[in-house]
Amino acid sequence: MRTNSLIKMERHHIIDLDDFSQEEIALIFATTDAMKEILSREIRRVPTLRGKTIVTLFYEPSTRTRVSFELAAKNLGADVVNVTSSTASVAKGESIIDTMRTLEALGADVIVIRHFQSGVPCLMAQHLQISVINAGDGCHAHPSQALLDLYTIREKLGHIEGLKVVIVGDILHSRVARSNIWGLSAMGAQVVLCGPPTLIPQELRRPQPLKGGECPFPPLTIQENLDRALEEADVVMVLRLQKERQEGGLLPSLREYIQLYQLNSARLSRAHLHALVMHPGPMNEGIEITPEVAHGPQSVVEDQVTNGVAVRMALLYMVTGGKG
Amino acid sequence: MNLLIKGGHILDPSQGLDAIGDLYIVEGKITWVEPLKEKRPLGKFAVIPASGLLVCPGFVDLHCHLRQPGYEDKETIASGTRAAAKGGFTTLCCMPNTKPPVDSQAVVEYVQRTAHTEGVVRVYPIGCISKGLKGEELAEMGELAAAGVMAYSDDGQPVTSSRLMRHALEYSLAFGRPIIDHCEDKALSADGAMNEGWVATRLGLKGIPAAAEEAIVARDIALAELTGACLHIAHVSTAGSVDLLRRAKDKGLAVTAEVTPHHLTLTEERVMGFSTQTAHHTASALWYDTNAKVNPPLRSEKDRQALLEALKDDTIDAIATDHAPHTIVDKLCEFDAAAFGISGLETALGCLLSLVHSGQLDLKLLISKLTWEPVRILEIKKASLFPTSPLPWGLGTLQMGAPGDVTIFDPSKEWVVNPNTFASKGKNTPWAGCQLKGQVMATVVAGNLAYRDDSLRLEGQSA
Ligand SMILES: [Zn+2]
Repeated sequence: MRTNSLIKMERHHIIDLDDFSQEEIALIFATTDAMKEILSREIRRVPTLRGKTIVTLFYEPSTRTRVSFELAAKNLGADVVNVTSSTASVAKGESIIDTMRTLEALGADVIVIRHFQSGVPCLMAQHLQISVINAGDGCHAHPSQALLDLYTIREKLGHIEGLKVVIVGDILHSRVARSNIWGLSAMGAQVVLCGPPTLIPQELRRPQPLKGGECPFPPLTIQENLDRALEEADVVMVLRLQKERQEGGLLPSLREYIQLYQLNSARLSRAHLHALVMHPGPMNEGIEITPEVAHGPQSVVEDQVTNGVAVRMALLYMVTGGKG
Repeated sequence: MNLLIKGGHILDPSQGLDAIGDLYIVEGKITWVEPLKEKRPLGKFAVIPASGLLVCPGFVDLHCHLRQPGYEDKETIASGTRAAAKGGFTTLCCMPNTKPPVDSQAVVEYVQRTAHTEGVVRVYPIGCISKGLKGEELAEMGELAAAGVMAYSDDGQPVTSSRLMRHALEYSLAFGRPIIDHCEDKALSADGAMNEGWVATRLGLKGIPAAAEEAIVARDIALAELTGACLHIAHVSTAGSVDLLRRAKDKGLAVTAEVTPHHLTLTEERVMGFSTQTAHHTASALWYDTNAKVNPPLRSEKDRQALLEALKDDTIDAIATDHAPHTIVDKLCEFDAAAFGISGLETALGCLLSLVHSGQLDLKLLISKLTWEPVRILEIKKASLFPTSPLPWGLGTLQMGAPGDVTIFDPSKEWVVNPNTFASKGKNTPWAGCQLKGQVMATVVAGNLAYRDDSLRLEGQSA
């Protein structure tokens, strides 16, 4: 396969983007390009991972991410086993360590894990010999989503460096935002976080430098006023707002959220004409984004979904050793 | 058997004693300590050669969890007291959050009896503040005092109701025994798993803000002032709490406080596997380390520094381990699901001595915070009912006639922490694999060896 010459992957697990360099992300883009080329063929399948077994282990329902990984694995010729928390294999009470050891003993080569608690993919990587890919954990990280976002930006705008990227919404609970902060910063973008103060982590709003003056996070701008945040923006990433945030006392009402933070056409007009509108899905149309904007000419939501498969093919290819 | 501890460096802050020499224990009591001028006792002695070793009053732990009755898979009085002896502790005050909790005479007596038959160090149970630790009605504090408790606490839980806390403080006045509070505003700390700070933000874990502790410390101090009762703040962990305590002490209130070895030596970064401050870590085997999950959580370096300062200026009176043993199953799981707590008795001295070796803490101060200062906190003040303390006179000191409780340690012996060799059933330690400098060589309780390191050989002598 063509990608053989492109990449020598050292990474056995993919947990987060916080330690990815610009070069490594560029390498993933190159591999993803090759995967997209495969997807454009009449027969969009290669036998690269034939004989390998990929297990998707989802403790939180997410049809789109699971299907995206499943298609990615199948396009590369792998066998796929889907395990969800509703199936018997993750029966209530069985410890996650037992579940993961069982899957390893059964001969899985890669585990793609989604969990509602932060740190579970890390826990697996610490206890398993086989590769672990984080498909989203708690409020921690969602590296494949951030990579497909980065890839889509590069594909549409040609580059990432120097772009102003605004992430709007519930940053506090968003693993997508956290992984994007690392990835975008590594690629040289300027990241602006926008949302009500209750939904932006205190540590990001009021960063405290560590001893020695180091900062534990990449440079970020916080802007609570969405109109101002959108000025000169190149990319707007809209996050899903969970309706429970109101009950949790973090928001007075959805009505007020919509008034202050919904991305609508009037607000979007403050951004560059070429600005991309992105959303990790699933969208609450009418809450964080209006239908006009969600399906308007600037929206690249569908490209994100398509690119997701190619990016995940690249990741599976890489963690299995990149041997074609 | 009578004991002669020979040629050690005797350090007893309670009487400003700092001398090289011998210490005699006859019939379980201290009878002669260097540099006494009187004649040495005569007779047959088992000799502990202590040259090059430190000889101190036995350590007194104000705060530990022995788990029995009810959670014997985590710890028993037998295993917990052996862990204590290995760590140099000769007296343990154990928290009442057992099953059933220590809220009646029957459970107090059960703990006392079990400690007497199965324990190897002194054990004094602390009684509940509220019945069943429910925070609703006061426990029968008089009955508990009569049965032999020397303090009250709902530890593990804060006393949520300010009204109940006021009444607990008031009611305790009759017995002159302190109320020990675990200060945590549960509404603020809800679902939090570690300190609220950059590490929690980075790891996507819900944080417990310092304010969750400080809000209740402030409330309790106000109530101590209102009632005039004795208040003891358990496991202080933040710089803000230290400020509040300092002001309370300046006002002359009857407020005391303790700090744990782990809050003095570790910070929140340990949850990422690091003990030094560097910004860019990559995922390691110690990310989301549940052995560093403890309540109150490991805080920031600024907090740690404030705790050290507070210990030095006596804003914090004593060091207490908050030994909280758990099973492997309690810890080998998702971080959010893991139990809070550190099994701390066996590593306390080693990690505290790291502060001495690095010049952050004076050895004499450290020993006083482990010996006579905790005992002073438990002295009964102006009790009109049950004024006799269950603790014998002379704990935490090497004065003549005091109980023969002595800890002998080698301050420079290096060892690697291996939880599998712990006497405690709780293997949950954030120091696993770490090299510590300073190890207990022998622990003597009432003149009997409760623990002896394999390398230490006893000799016989008669004079
Ligand atoms: Zn506590």
